[in-house]
Amino acid sequence: MIEIIVSVLLLAGAAFMVLAAIGILRLPDLPTRMHASTKAAAMGAMFTMGGVAFYFGDSVVLARAFAIVVFILITSPIAAHVIGRAGYFTGTALWDGTVKDELRDNYDPDTHTLGSGYEGSPERVAPPPGPDSSKD
Amino acid sequence: MIGFFWNIMLALAWVALSGSFTALNFMAGFFFAYLALMVLQRQVPALKGYSRRLPRMAAFLVYFVKELVKANFRVAYDVATPVWYMKPGVIGFELAARTDVEITFLSSVISLTPGTLSLDVSDDRKVLFIHAMFLQDEEQLRQDLRELETRILKILR
Repeated sequence: MIEIIVSVLLLAGAAFMVLAAIGILRLPDLPTRMHASTKAAAMGAMFTMGGVAFYFGDSVVLARAFAIVVFILITSPIAAHVIGRAGYFTGTALWDGTVKDELRDNYDPDTHTLGSGYEGSPERVAPPPGPDSSKD
Repeated sequence: MIGFFWNIMLALAWVALSGSFTALNFMAGFFFAYLALMVLQRQVPALKGYSRRLPRMAAFLVYFVKELVKANFRVAYDVATPVWYMKPGVIGFELAARTDVEITFLSSVISLTPGTLSLDVSDDRKVLFIHAMFLQDEEQLRQDLRELETRILKILR
């Protein structure tokens, strides 16, 4: 029984890793590639670590597997953000199928300032969090 | 966050004083420390609302894992099938989050959910620019992001 769970988890992890690799090859531009590489790879690592934890069934290994997953979850979005941001601001062209870009108009490449489009408005432009804030 | 820190400290104290260094004993200590903080939170301003925040954190974890798996399959499907279904684009999301911790946490969670990637925060911290992979229904996406933000702010505030 344990072996089946371990196999399924490891296969799922490997499958997500393969999908991340295919995504990097196939997707057309930098930001969409970042989507594939960071998330699917993080997901793959999570499944693999789950399989490892099940296989050893030991609290020490479980704690390490958990710590590895936590560190991956902390570091991978920051790496994705920094790479995507650097790529965008150095002028990497977006894919032709990109439907809209609200950042372009707000960014000034000479001064490197990034406006919000709400400069003149009061402090808060988003509705305060509350039960009815789900509707925009 | 300070409440969670104290909870762990008290649990460690429990483990040290009861002299059995096992994961199970640590969890027991964590539970007792949680009860103690629940009693204390009325008198200590820094702990206010902690007993409600911990279940919310657990609920958020469940919600987050669910979203993660769901969205991962969506991206995986588009990568694995020959025709592009995606409509990528950059949108500006008006933030209700204000402090560094809130914005960092929110943008990290947004980056972790497949299909959305936070690119940058505007200089006056009012808008977070997000690269989204599926812009078929922008209103729906904004609503999902707003729900995510509301849940995060409920944990952190």
